[in-house]
Amino acid sequence: MRPKPAIEALRAQIERLECRSRRSRSVLPFGIAEIDSRLPGGGLTLGALHEVAGGGNGTIDGAAAALFAAGIASRTKSKVLWCITKPDLFAPALAQAGLSPDRVIYAEAGDDKTVLACMEEGLRHGGLGAVIAEIARLSMTASRRLQLAAEGTGTIGIALRRWRRQTEASDFGQPTAATTRWRVSALPSTPLPVPGVGRPRWLVELIRCRAGESADFELEACDDTGHLRLPADLVHGPGQAEDGRRSASG
Amino acid sequence: MLAADAAAQAAGLRVGMPATKAQALVQSLVIQDADPAADAEALERLALWMLQRFAPIVAADPSDGIVIDCSGADHLHGGEPAMLATLVEKLASVGLLARAAIADTWGAAHALARFGGRAGFVSEPGKAANDVATLPVAGLRLPPPLIDSLRVLGFDQIGDLLAQPRAPLALRFGAELGRRLDQTIGRIAEPIDPVRPDTIIEARRAFAEPIGAAETIARYIGKLATQLCDGLEQKGVGARRIDLICQRVDNRAQAVRIGTGLPLRDAKRMTRLLSDKIETIDPGFGIEIMTLTAAVTEPLAPKQVITNLVDEAEPDVSGLIDLLANRVGERNLYRIAPVASDVPERAARHIPALAPETGAEWPGHWPRPSRLLPNPEPIDTVALLPDHPPASFTWRGVRRRVKRADGPERVFGEWWKRDPELEAVRDYFRVEDDAGERYWVFRAGDGQDPLTGSQRWFLHGIFG
Repeated sequence: MRPKPAIEALRAQIERLECRSRRSRSVLPFGIAEIDSRLPGGGLTLGALHEVAGGGNGTIDGAAAALFAAGIASRTKSKVLWCITKPDLFAPALAQAGLSPDRVIYAEAGDDKTVLACMEEGLRHGGLGAVIAEIARLSMTASRRLQLAAEGTGTIGIALRRWRRQTEASDFGQPTAATTRWRVSALPSTPLPVPGVGRPRWLVELIRCRAGESADFELEACDDTGHLRLPADLVHGPGQAEDGRRSASG
Repeated sequence: MLAADAAAQAAGLRVGMPATKAQALVQSLVIQDADPAADAEALERLALWMLQRFAPIVAADPSDGIVIDCSGADHLHGGEPAMLATLVEKLASVGLLARAAIADTWGAAHALARFGGRAGFVSEPGKAANDVATLPVAGLRLPPPLIDSLRVLGFDQIGDLLAQPRAPLALRFGAELGRRLDQTIGRIAEPIDPVRPDTIIEARRAFAEPIGAAETIARYIGKLATQLCDGLEQKGVGARRIDLICQRVDNRAQAVRIGTGLPLRDAKRMTRLLSDKIETIDPGFGIEIMTLTAAVTEPLAPKQVITNLVDEAEPDVSGLIDLLANRVGERNLYRIAPVASDVPERAARHIPALAPETGAEWPGHWPRPSRLLPNPEPIDTVALLPDHPPASFTWRGVRRRVKRADGPERVFGEWWKRDPELEAVRDYFRVEDDAGERYWVFRAGDGQDPLTGSQRWFLHGIFG
């Protein structure tokens, strides 16, 4: 889809109305044309709040979602603040997604409220590359605060949504002020010619995107620099963006 | 005889015994004259040490105790029970046997620590009167003759006195008894006059009119912080522990203590850290004196910043770290550093968030799960022995068929750490089920030799 000049002009006008003195927004591209072309500006907006959740069992453990967030954080500069309530994150796996242990500061808080407060402080500080917080409930007010805090400094904020029970995951349908909303679920790994587990694959769904359309992608998980990859058998395949799943999630 | 430790008591010596009798009991007894002045001085020194490490308001409680007002300071040590345990442990490490208790009032804590009988007792708020009721009257800090005459009349426990009408007691024993009783159960205030070392750097402000509003307190914190930073700068030091003591009109003190990771001399940051704690200050009828003290200081020389045109400087996050550490507690804010161990749960350790960069990494050739369960959970499996991955397994009541698997990755027990691990073995497998979810499972044992483990299967982690 080629952006039309009239629509672009309108977007710029809305942008001016929304934020009077905001610095020009920079983005963090994924480095995959299929995804970047779907996101306004050609990548994840820095200085904004993004939501990531797991699909299926991932709503509880958030394993793939955590790696997805770690991959994004590893491509930013300087330190990363990771706010948690449950200390079950395994740091060697984050290092394998490109996030070296020297860069991550963990803040272990007792409840969701403190996690949100820590995340907001991290976003307001401005010296961090990314702030990631594992939270279950995220109200409109709380997410708006986080979004404003992120806009002020240009730090990327990632709310890693993780629930206690699978039934509570319906909360993910509630509106928040986040700029994008992603769902990452595990898919069978890339087949190998020999027995064994290949590179993990994810179904990455862009459920909501401000000033953009939703879409979904089948990707290979983060490598040790935090970059995702399009599976080799799909790179030259017939336009996978038009495949059947899109209407289901859009 | 003025003091007797555990060894002396075992030999049959008691406090109050004549020296000649003690000499008769123990042949080679060395007698030293008591030196109350030196004792008091030593107690004062110990109080100063506690002031630096534990709480802003500390005073000697002669002749054998120290009283600490720990409100507003326990958050740095992870709560009251943890703080008390650390305190007793630290004293034990220098050879001092201490008994400690936390209660609402000085009097109650005094009695509980000396006669409570339970180590590290923390009395619940509002329960002081209940907790001290069964303690002997000697815990009331009264002159010995008064205690003796109370005993003669049959008053053994503090509870007996609390149940009596006050007027006859006052008539018989004077006002002192009633005052001590009221102080113990918190009916009248008992301010603590804190120790202050001569060299301490502090800023102080007395108000003509008592203040109470949060905004006013914040404004004066800002002014005091500027003043304190000037004082720190003159001495070339930065503060590691900063105490704000608010003296209220009813002669009670409200204290707030904040800690920093690096020496701090920036008034703006100091104000920000202290302002975060304003909500914990109860101004009551108003605050008339505010004192800001640098309890622990470290040298902080002015540093020249090397500017570099080529690469950007790493932003300074120490301000944020202090802010978060004062909010969630110092031990809940950390970085994770690698440990050279193949056992997954031992492969990481916590280091302070501001520790220098280690540059160490885990060996990256084997995939690791992003979530590691705190305790491996037992699973039911169908698996070929000795070295095949499970064909299917049941975890949390859900049966999963294994489609693909990798392994085994054998982890040997660390016999140099624990003897029972001499033969222990774990075989880790990475398995993927039909739906594409990947798990990290292991078998305790090598599948053949029962000495190497129970041969049961466990799930230890979840891959993304």
